[in-house]
Amino acid sequence: MPALTRVAVRAALIYLVLGFTFGGLLLSNKGVPFAAALWRLRPAHIEFLFVGWMVQFALGIAHWIIPRFRGGDFGRTELAWLALGLLNAGILLLAFGPLLGLGGWAQAVGRALEAGAAVSYGVYIWPRVRPR
Amino acid sequence: MPPLSRWFIKTALLYLVATFVTGVLAVLDPPLQAIPGSGRLAIIYYHLFMLGWVSQLIFGVANWMFPVRSREAPRGNEQVGWASYGLLNGGLALLLIGEMLRAASSGPAALWLIVLAYLALLLAGLAFVLNTWGRIKGH
Repeated sequence: MPALTRVAVRAALIYLVLGFTFGGLLLSNKGVPFAAALWRLRPAHIEFLFVGWMVQFALGIAHWIIPRFRGGDFGRTELAWLALGLLNAGILLLAFGPLLGLGGWAQAVGRALEAGAAVSYGVYIWPRVRPR
Repeated sequence: MPPLSRWFIKTALLYLVATFVTGVLAVLDPPLQAIPGSGRLAIIYYHLFMLGWVSQLIFGVANWMFPVRSREAPRGNEQVGWASYGLLNGGLALLLIGEMLRAASSGPAALWLIVLAYLALLLAGLAFVLNTWGRIKGH
């Protein structure tokens, strides 16, 4: 399992635990209300599970299992690392922007960072999606 | 494919069907009002999709394909793996029943079911991470 996959999958697992924890706090608070402010964790719960867990896990595994170039070369891995960096910056901004009272601009920048991650990863992996 | 992965993947496929059936009901029921608690169908739909289908499929495939941990315990602790399966599906079932009950009545039973669901789902995630972390390695 290559280094980028290990980093992405470990990050995805951390987001899974955090996403489940936030979701659990939201559910518990709905069951037995104890802190109304917990509702502000909802964007983090959704972002961590949809993007941090599911998308990041898929990107990490794709890097590992999609056919490599001759000699086991992965191609332009700097683009994949850039994608991981942009993706996580976007996730954190989208999750914690509302908690920190950042305005709508933080949501826009967060989504733009995630879009940049998708472009960077797409450019990286595109040439490897081919017959062996 | 090991038995635990087969259970995860087949259960995930059943949840995929349940997700789309719930999606249809969520659209059809509001004008008909035939299902008690149908106001919760949207939130149930998202949890069936993300936990029942996506996460469960990932758990099953990761348990099957990730590098082995060791010769003695290739897939980590089997009991912890089965615990994550039971807790995930038990937690989901409690969540679904709790959400429907909560919409249909205001008694405390539904509230406590939802709290129990939280605990089961959190423990399922922790069990999976605990069993998988040591298998994320180079060789």
